[in-house]
Amino acid sequence: MSFVTIRGARKSFRDQRGHETALALDGVDLDVGKGEVVLLIGPSGSGKSTLLRSVNRLEILDSGTITIDGKVLTDKPADLRRIREDAGMVFQHFNLFSHLTILDNVCLAPRLVRKREKAIVREKAIALLARVGLSDKLDRYPRQLSGGQQQRAAIARALAMEPELLLVDEPTSALDPEMVREVLEVITGLAREGMTMLVVSHEMGFARAAADRVVFMDAGKIVETGSPDGLFDSPREERTKAFLSHIL
Amino acid sequence: MPLFKSLGTRLGMTPWWLVAILALGVVGLVAAATNGDYSVIFGAIASGIPVTLGVAMVAFVAAIVLGLVLGLLKSSQVRIARELATFYIELVRGLPMLVVLYYIAFVGAPALAGVLNWLLSPLIALHWMEPLLARDFDFATRAILALTLGYAAFIAEIFRAGIESVDKGQIEAALALGLSRGQVTRRIVLPQAIRNVLPALGNEFVAVIKDSSLVSALGVQDITQLGKVYSASTFRFFETYNVVAFFYLCLTVSLSMLVRRLERRLKEGQSR
Ligand SMILES: Nc1ncnc2c1ncn2[C@@H]1O[C@H](COP(=O)(O)OP(=O)(O)O)[C@@H](O)[C@H]1O
Ligand SMILES: [Mg+2]
Repeated sequence: MSFVTIRGARKSFRDQRGHETALALDGVDLDVGKGEVVLLIGPSGSGKSTLLRSVNRLEILDSGTITIDGKVLTDKPADLRRIREDAGMVFQHFNLFSHLTILDNVCLAPRLVRKREKAIVREKAIALLARVGLSDKLDRYPRQLSGGQQQRAAIARALAMEPELLLVDEPTSALDPEMVREVLEVITGLAREGMTMLVVSHEMGFARAAADRVVFMDAGKIVETGSPDGLFDSPREERTKAFLSHIL
Repeated sequence: MPLFKSLGTRLGMTPWWLVAILALGVVGLVAAATNGDYSVIFGAIASGIPVTLGVAMVAFVAAIVLGLVLGLLKSSQVRIARELATFYIELVRGLPMLVVLYYIAFVGAPALAGVLNWLLSPLIALHWMEPLLARDFDFATRAILALTLGYAAFIAEIFRAGIESVDKGQIEAALALGLSRGQVTRRIVLPQAIRNVLPALGNEFVAVIKDSSLVSALGVQDITQLGKVYSASTFRFFETYNVVAFFYLCLTVSLSMLVRRLERRLKEGQSR
């Protein structure tokens, strides 16, 4: 049984007058199994971020349903809290809290949301930051770190909530090339350990190493799905071929 | 040649306006100490300094509290809250401060007495207390109330800008971690917004000090009022207003310099 089930997801954006400016999701069906790593690829504006963001309700769908662990997500505050607590998110621009140290960034949500005891939270945060290689940066502020270090800290922040699902949106596209690897290694490690993940990324090496399935989206629709090697080496659809020839 | 150049850059970097103001200050102090007339005037007006500072400080602190509430309402997701805050801010900012002052003093205070009497009417009916009269609010209180209500509108706009300057990505990240809207405001938005607006608030305090001279229109014994009374009775307008200006400049220029320093410190903190 799948952990995340998306059925008929539609989402359009409107301007202030109510005119539709973009159809971001145009009927998307997608399943992500427990422990599965699904990679989303597709041209800019194809709806990848919107799909990710609607899973934890940073965007509200116009229609369609999202089921997490057998329960349909609704507007109820309890549902919202559950999905936000259970799904971690990693953003393209890291979005670390700039007025807090790295350690406080990681401790904030477990303290405020899970109401865990301070000493326990702190100990666990220190362990997580050690795991992403930032033991010597605990008391630094985000602006004192390189992009790669900030992204690793952001991953530790998401993991501190012990999420069952990680939503990762272009984690390396704001990074200088020499920092891409250190971040992808962390994410690959998580994949190996069985974290359920929905990842937007165009890093082919990472895709082949970590993804169970690759989903190609275009214009708000899923065009083609396959194994990494299958989809990259022998795409069936013309649009997939065109896109892959573009990025490879 | 290098000597010449370094002298040139040093002269170029000197804030000459500040040197000139400091020179004026020294002239003022020397005059106060050596010239009998000036020392009498200094003595007559100096008791207005604590009044000016007191009015300005109380009004400023109260205006920050009210301004923060209005700023939060104005940047709220709730439409009616935004509309109410905007209504208040635009109304008050559209009036000259002197008119706000007169309005609160002569319309607002009696109205406030009426409202309080209505709220407390059970107690009054039991003869536990006398009905309040407008004159139970002295003019200093009314002046402080007016400055508070007036400046809250300006400070609200400062807070709103500070709140809106906070990175939206950080707000999303906090929501994605499961923080409630209120937690996001208290733990993410406000700490950053307040830090961003500290210099602007400092400048606003300087403005409140200057505008506190308006309370002289209600007869409150601040620097301006004492100067007005003294000069009118002695016809020493020139000397008196020199002293009045001297006192205000001592307060405002030193505060402005503190604000600049704070601003520099915060900037350095950002790029650290
Ligand atoms: N907040 C928004 N307001 C208006 N339009 C948006 C917003 N977010 C996304 N869109 C539009 O929705 C479409 C899909 O965007 P997005 O999901 O960000 O694509 P991707 O992540 O694949 O680049 C685009 O046309 C984009 O312009
Ligand atoms: Mg995107």
